[in-house]
Amino acid sequence: MFIGFFFHLRARGLKVTLTEWLSLVRALARGHERAQLGTFYALARALLVKKESHYDLYDRAFAEWFGGLEDQYAIDEQILQWLENPVLPRELTDEERAQLSRMDLETLQRELRERLRTQRERHDGGSHWVGTGGTSPFGHGGRNPQGIRVGGAGGGRSAVQIAGERRFENLRGDRVLDVRQLGAALRRLRRLARDQGPEELDIDETVDKSAKSGGEIELVLRPPRKNRVKLLLLMDVGGSMDPHADTCERLFSAAHQATHFQAFRHYFFHNCIYDRLYTDISRYQGPSTDDVLKQIDKSWTLVIVGDAWMGPYELGAEAGGLAWGVSMSRTSGIEWLKRFAERPKASAWLNPEPRRIWNAPTVSVIRRVFPMFELTLDGLSAAVEHLRGARLVHTEPGAVP
Amino acid sequence: MFPWLAERDGQRYDDEASRRDGRCAASIDARVPRGMLRTMAPTTFDGTAGYLVAPELRDAVNVAIDLEKPLLIKGEPGTGKTRLAEAVAESIGAPLFVWNVKSTSKARDGLYLYDTVARLNDARFNDRDIRDIRQYIKYGPLGRALLSDERVVLLIDEIDKADMEFPNDLLHELDRMSFSVDETGETITAKKRPVVIITSNNEKELPDAFLRRCVFHFIAFPDEELMKDIVRVHQPDVEDKLLSSCLVRFYWLRKQPDIKKRPSTSELIDWIAALRRAGIPVERLEGEMPFVGLLLKKEADVEALVNVKTGKLRSIRQ
Repeated sequence: MFIGFFFHLRARGLKVTLTEWLSLVRALARGHERAQLGTFYALARALLVKKESHYDLYDRAFAEWFGGLEDQYAIDEQILQWLENPVLPRELTDEERAQLSRMDLETLQRELRERLRTQRERHDGGSHWVGTGGTSPFGHGGRNPQGIRVGGAGGGRSAVQIAGERRFENLRGDRVLDVRQLGAALRRLRRLARDQGPEELDIDETVDKSAKSGGEIELVLRPPRKNRVKLLLLMDVGGSMDPHADTCERLFSAAHQATHFQAFRHYFFHNCIYDRLYTDISRYQGPSTDDVLKQIDKSWTLVIVGDAWMGPYELGAEAGGLAWGVSMSRTSGIEWLKRFAERPKASAWLNPEPRRIWNAPTVSVIRRVFPMFELTLDGLSAAVEHLRGARLVHTEPGAVP
Repeated sequence: MFPWLAERDGQRYDDEASRRDGRCAASIDARVPRGMLRTMAPTTFDGTAGYLVAPELRDAVNVAIDLEKPLLIKGEPGTGKTRLAEAVAESIGAPLFVWNVKSTSKARDGLYLYDTVARLNDARFNDRDIRDIRQYIKYGPLGRALLSDERVVLLIDEIDKADMEFPNDLLHELDRMSFSVDETGETITAKKRPVVIITSNNEKELPDAFLRRCVFHFIAFPDEELMKDIVRVHQPDVEDKLLSSCLVRFYWLRKQPDIKKRPSTSELIDWIAALRRAGIPVERLEGEMPFVGLLLKKEADVEALVNVKTGKLRSIRQ
């Protein structure tokens, strides 16, 4: 039987449950796949994969199991780059179309190999090289009635080819997409609680109670629901963070737009936290770190964004900040970080660099102080889960000093 | 039982050459012995005259109907998520019940409301016999769908608008297709399980327990061929040349990375309609985009387009 596919999917990180698998078996027993692999591909996806962000994972697993995803032609990154941002193809007249050389598949394949070997630069709108918007048989977005698609959005035919195309790659959850998605992830941080504060009239309960007691008006009061999460966001800017400026900006606007926090405060720092934090990106003005620390108590949640990448002395040395001319005291960067880790109820570090390079010396030191997550949608969700969970440990409202 | 889904090792390495050249899929298909075909499940839904459906979506609808599971539909705005339910209802000849979910919706609203205020009012002014509570129970769309004697289609539109717990609160009702009215102690069970179609815009993440019970389909954006057919449904007499010119530009526009809000199907249809109304000849589309405001709704996007055009359109014309 094909139970192996089930375990293969699970091994590839798709958490398919047994119930879902059994529905697929039921659907197969009723003939829904119509004995076609293409239909089976879609059917299994509809029943087993419940998030479009997992479609890409499924596509790859499917192609691995049923086909093999080796590219027929080794198409290197460079050529795929030439094919990005396609140009608009021009319309062809019928004569032109007829003139376009038609080749059989073998000739096409031979030609493509030849051109892949000799092409040295980007070509758009042409008739010979691999490019976009032209009449060459190779490339995409062009007007050649025949030819081989290279890159671009596509319409292969067999299921394995369709899966191999990885059409859903940009829906993956491990890429940061846009502000709204980040906002939706942040929204899960909220923690509604009824506690102190002036009471408000609970209309539903009042009507219910009054109706039950035969029309005698009975007022029901209760404290309002409020989101009690206070968020402090500290962001590393400049230097090694420049390549991630876009991502950070999106996270920042998502947090800024979020209106559901009781309080939201943000500061910038450069490289590591020293004596001062900054309210502007150019780092001219801002409060002293001590002042910020004093205001942070157990009602706050701390999120730090940074690549945690610096010279070891910048983190550990007592005068690490002196070298930058930003610190007058002899407190080391790591000491400041530890102080920040102690104050709030929960904290998380979001790192825009991928996890695989997190064993760099300073990163691993910081990971011992802060739980670290990737700055992607998945990472942010995990961080939010962690922050929520951490808050469950101490929920006593009286802890606010 | 499923020979073409045979063990991995059996088929994976026996035919290395055919796997290399990418013909593997075909060879797997070819291995289906004709005798093994079981009775094919009936295709109950196959689009309607006014709604064209991609094969993958059609299959998802049919399997959801057949397995009696809710169908969860996601996709870019303007890909016809809500229209799907209407088409399914029309195609299987069942009435459609629509439940538009709002941010304040509670799961119970869909089942029933007990109108205590009306009863209170009646009690005070002695209008009616208030001992019969049933007359104060008002059924919601889900409640009415379960009460119905015939099979109905229930659309739960934009489920992600409601509170995060909302889908979880519906689990039991959607599983069992029954609910009880606490006030009267009645339990209502569906005589015919309704076809449930749920749409989501991804405003919120849906809970896993809920997702496990659904059949899920993500409506990918239609490709050029399907789009041609879709436009023809709305503009039956559109000239081929204009249509293909428009589509080339439309898909090109959607591919531009600088454009933040990509135009959708409904915007394309409006745009083509406007071009035809104004009688703009196809040739004029070569160098400019008249009525671009119908496609791009953000000022920044129009600016981005101007930048792209001055940089790139010129280079093609040379």
